[in-house]
Amino acid sequence: MNWTSWLFSGFLATLALSTILSASQGLGLTRMNLPYLIGTFFTPEREKARIYGFAAHLLNGWVFSIFYVLVFENVRLAAWWFGALLGLAQALFVLTVGMSLMPGLHPRMASERLGPATDRQLEPPGFMALHYGYQTPLSILIGHAVFGAVLGALYHLAV
Amino acid sequence: MQIGRRAPWRRRFRVDLSISVATYCRVLHQFNVPDRLHVSEGPPETRPPETARPAALSWPKIDDYAIVGDCRSAALVACSGAIEWLCWPRFDKAAIFAALLDREKGGHWRISPSGPSSVIRRYVPDSNVLETHFSTPSGSAVLTDLMTGGFNRFRLKEFVPDHEIIRRVRCIAGEMEFDIDFLPRAFYGKSPVRIRQIGKLGLQFAVGAGVYWLRSSLSLSVTERGDAAHARVLLHAGESLHFSFSYAEESPSVLPPLDGVDPRIDRSIEAWRDWGHRANYDGRYRDPVVRSALALKLMSYSPSGAIIAAPTTSLPERIGGDLNWDYRFCWLRDASFTTRALLELGYWDEANDFLEWMLQATHLTQPELRILYSLHGHIAPVERELDHLSGYQGSRPVRIGNAARDQLQLDVYGEVIDAAAQFAFHGGNLDHDMQRVLVGLGNYVVKNWDQPDEGIWEPRSGRQNHTHSRLLCWTAMDRLVRLAERGMLRHAPIERYKQNAESIRRQIEDRAWNESLQSYVSVLDSDLLDASLLLLSWYGFAEAKSPRMKTTYRAIRKTLGTPNGLLYRHLQSIPEGTFAICSFWEAEYLALGGGSLQEARDLFEHLLKYANDLGLYAEEFDATTGSALGNFPQAFTHVGLIGAALSILQREQGERQLAHRPPSASHHGGAQEKL
Repeated sequence: MNWTSWLFSGFLATLALSTILSASQGLGLTRMNLPYLIGTFFTPEREKARIYGFAAHLLNGWVFSIFYVLVFENVRLAAWWFGALLGLAQALFVLTVGMSLMPGLHPRMASERLGPATDRQLEPPGFMALHYGYQTPLSILIGHAVFGAVLGALYHLAV
Repeated sequence: MQIGRRAPWRRRFRVDLSISVATYCRVLHQFNVPDRLHVSEGPPETRPPETARPAALSWPKIDDYAIVGDCRSAALVACSGAIEWLCWPRFDKAAIFAALLDREKGGHWRISPSGPSSVIRRYVPDSNVLETHFSTPSGSAVLTDLMTGGFNRFRLKEFVPDHEIIRRVRCIAGEMEFDIDFLPRAFYGKSPVRIRQIGKLGLQFAVGAGVYWLRSSLSLSVTERGDAAHARVLLHAGESLHFSFSYAEESPSVLPPLDGVDPRIDRSIEAWRDWGHRANYDGRYRDPVVRSALALKLMSYSPSGAIIAAPTTSLPERIGGDLNWDYRFCWLRDASFTTRALLELGYWDEANDFLEWMLQATHLTQPELRILYSLHGHIAPVERELDHLSGYQGSRPVRIGNAARDQLQLDVYGEVIDAAAQFAFHGGNLDHDMQRVLVGLGNYVVKNWDQPDEGIWEPRSGRQNHTHSRLLCWTAMDRLVRLAERGMLRHAPIERYKQNAESIRRQIEDRAWNESLQSYVSVLDSDLLDASLLLLSWYGFAEAKSPRMKTTYRAIRKTLGTPNGLLYRHLQSIPEGTFAICSFWEAEYLALGGGSLQEARDLFEHLLKYANDLGLYAEEFDATTGSALGNFPQAFTHVGLIGAALSILQREQGERQLAHRPPSASHHGGAQEKL
């Protein structure tokens, strides 16, 4: 495994994912602000949550990319299209399983079953994150596909 | 101006707009839609009682509305308990409730008794929290309306929805049955919405980039088409209903629990009271002055410091006519009066924000100024007509955007420069950038002051040489010279400004004075009159008690005055309403020396009777009935009220009035005047 390449490609792929998700919100495809969603795990303060969330997302993407690289190494295939497929698979998992688990995982998120409470006031994403806009799944799928593609392409160059 | 709490001996003179029975209204509800039965003892022309009419035909009067807001957006609430106007996330965005402009298509959110009821409204004193008291033979209840988030300090440490309206109904005696009708409509009533019930989270629908959530303590039935929700509920004494309607353009949005509504209402009241109590006015008119300040605060846009003219569009200046304009923008014309009101009431932060907005917003067009700008300082949008709306009582067209954006009004240069001068003379600092901007504006005035323009009243009939525009060009030169002489403005060509000021003065005295009328006139070399001539004294061009101003005042009153003491702004072939701020200018002119103190007080107190039951004013009054006309509530009118009250107080206390003017224009410094 090429550690330097992982650090480099993982970082760039995470930046690409963040950019696409942020652009999707700016273009009105989704209302989801992922840094804010993640940041509110740590604090209810809006501005701080955005900063913490961005840092956490960057770190998370970077760390998570190691699993992609491990797959590349194990199947001895590092290519942009293979990375994109892995990204799509991860996005599907996030949308179906991750989002439905979110109200249980997030300490400040309300659930559809119980409604909001004093310590849980954030709108849950719902199935496929559709509460955040009906095109939200599309932006998450594209973002993760690009994440995987960038990672696969750059790692391919190193190996 | 006296600083501190009001003196106890003055309290008995106060006009308590929040509880005065004289201005209460009662409402008859019949079936679905209310109609109003006034028991007002206000103006002699007070509207007669009306009989209830079917829903489709019934319109509230313009002054039947109350306003709640969060300093970024506002909602208008009718006497019936219906929210009939709401634009989120900003004043100038598309309305989600617009029954104000179309009873059928506009959309509304009504919470009102199922049967006939009488209604008394008030704001919780010194706050912008509205209470509507319903009474029926079976019981009574209070509907509380407010928007949260008006003060940023709430936003720092906890979850707060981006925008939220809280409504609470509390039955306080007997029992009362309520109907709740929730009919949001997208894009000013153009499209229906698709409401979904999302578990226990509440009702949700999306429009464009935003998501709306309605949470309530009772279950609402969504119609089959999903475009509305309804409920009917019987409340007994002590029972309450809570509603939270919120909007966000970012997810996850905040969905506050309804069990926290009561403390949040209390906290909002406390925050508004803190703000209202800061008003540095100790005179006999404290209640209307504070109400006006609170209304003005609701029309400020806190992210930028801008202050809009009014939160509505196309409320008509003539019922059934086409004088229907969009006022959800910021007019530089209002700058000087607004700055004076904010500074002298002690609202320094708001004055500073407003001035900074003004100088920053105009950055792209400097040294030329547009007459109006959007909330973030862009050129106001192009005017369009919304053909699908009927208009208020058939007053069409309904317009959004404003074509006045392309007009030339040379008076705005004087307004902006005078506002900056007031800020500096009150102790504010004009930094290097501000000074550079002011000199740039001054140089523009030097080159262009003798051009014809559209003038303060924005006629769409072409340009003329308006006296008011000349007056403000003179004001621009005068204030810049004054600032430079006090060392507050560097690199200013003082001599050139002085020469131009003198040239403008000569032109006004020679060509704006009509010997046969014995009056200044509104257009050079003409015999036309308009109420803005009263401002010759306000800006310090002519002493209020000078012979020329006294005869001008008499001519204005004779030509533009109405038998019931109001004033048209100018004469038109098809009369519109009388112009509210012109009457306050008149009261202030009297206070500045044009009349006796008692005359100023009498007129001012007469004008107070034309406020609605909550102390709010529109742009105009119907000349016969005194009913409100035009967009509502109107910041300019409330600024006029504050200004007149300040000048009356300053005269009472023998203080110098309008200290930014030339010293020769202030005559009531020194001895306190008692009547």
